[in-house]
Amino acid sequence: MMEFSTWDILRNLLLAARWTVLLSLVSFVGGGLLGVALLFLRIGRGALGRRFAKGYIELLQSTPLLMQLFLAFFGLGLFGIDVPAWLAAGAALILWTAAFLAEIWRGCVDAVAKGQWEASSSLGMGYVQQMRHVILPQALRVAVPPTVGFSVQVVKGTALTSIIGFVELSKAGTVVTNATFQPFTVYGLVALIYFALCWPLSKSSQILERKLHVAHRHH
Amino acid sequence: MSLIAITEVRKRFGSVEVLKGINLDVARGEVVAIIGRSGSGKSTLLRCVNGLESIDDGSIMVAGAQLLPDDLHLKALRLKVGMIFQQFNLFPHLSAGRNVMLSQMVVKKTPKDEAEAMARRMLDRVGLGHKFDAYPDQLSGGQQQRVAIARALAMQPMALLCDEITSALDPELVNEVLAVVKELAAEGMTLLMVTHEMRFARDVCDRVVFMHQGRVHETGPPDEVFGRPRTPELQQFLGAQL
Repeated sequence: MMEFSTWDILRNLLLAARWTVLLSLVSFVGGGLLGVALLFLRIGRGALGRRFAKGYIELLQSTPLLMQLFLAFFGLGLFGIDVPAWLAAGAALILWTAAFLAEIWRGCVDAVAKGQWEASSSLGMGYVQQMRHVILPQALRVAVPPTVGFSVQVVKGTALTSIIGFVELSKAGTVVTNATFQPFTVYGLVALIYFALCWPLSKSSQILERKLHVAHRHH
Repeated sequence: MSLIAITEVRKRFGSVEVLKGINLDVARGEVVAIIGRSGSGKSTLLRCVNGLESIDDGSIMVAGAQLLPDDLHLKALRLKVGMIFQQFNLFPHLSAGRNVMLSQMVVKKTPKDEAEAMARRMLDRVGLGHKFDAYPDQLSGGQQQRVAIARALAMQPMALLCDEITSALDPELVNEVLAVVKELAAEGMTLLMVTHEMRFARDVCDRVVFMHQGRVHETGPPDEVFGRPRTPELQQFLGAQL
């Protein structure tokens, strides 16, 4: 039987962690872009757009990410379209991230005081001008910490894609365990790598929150 | 012809009728104070004149143009009447100078240097020329309210609506704001103000309107309204004020 050193295990896990990082980035950036579009539909003046965005967000937030992954992976297969695991994983995570980010950001826009709308209205500004010059700059400041905080959820969310066969950190953990029969060591290392990815994000979210809060008071 | 003509205006919030047929004309250059208990509808009336609340019935004319609830008419109206709020509502992410410049540049498309020159003039006018670069949270309440006045003035409105503009201020800061308003009145600005400052209303206003339960209950020159109140409601209101 072949012997595996801890370094062998770690090296393989780190190689797979690159895919976790890449998938997280793609999901976060893609989800962010789609989230902005959803946000403007959600807070916009078109009733149809508002209803669509609200329905979309509620649907995605009220179903498990795993089901969304299954649907993306197997759903299109029913129509004879062969979806590779990386595509299903990326698409499902982008759609999922967008729903949560849009809702987080909507809360930030709502958090801007009503008086800001009234004052800018009374100065003759239209909706788009108010949004661009008065509301969004203030909402943005509030939005940074929870957005960075949510990126942690995205990183951890990528672990689920192992179930549809996308080889990222968790899947690699399973593969390596099957070869080494050292589940505790392997999954312990997997957890440590996730921690190393996520902890700096949570920490920076906290620091940003404090910084922006102070900036808000003193500039 | 009056600058602001309010005719039979009614406003309802749900089942509560807040304004029950208001008639009020304000002439050019006139300074009118609206007094009354809280809940008498005076703030709502002011907000209707600026289009922040829609009216259910009646009409509001400003400088001969009817107030209609679409974007184009509202914008035209708001270029004619400025509004000052109880809570100042300065834009917290912009310096005082930028606060005064923003709407000129965005709404009137004034070039930046002209908007800045205007902002400096208006801040000077309210005695805050030296605070151009200060952010709202670095200013006292009284200073913030004066910046808000400068911001409204920079749009060169024909009239200013003041909604209890000193009510959120510490007592020692009230006078610096009232002094600015008094100066505006002396320069001939048309002012329609909801206020609890009875002494100020008596000193500065041409006419005082007493609102009670959604109606204009009594109106007249300050000497008459304060000196010889005719209705028991006004007598009681003034009695409670002293």
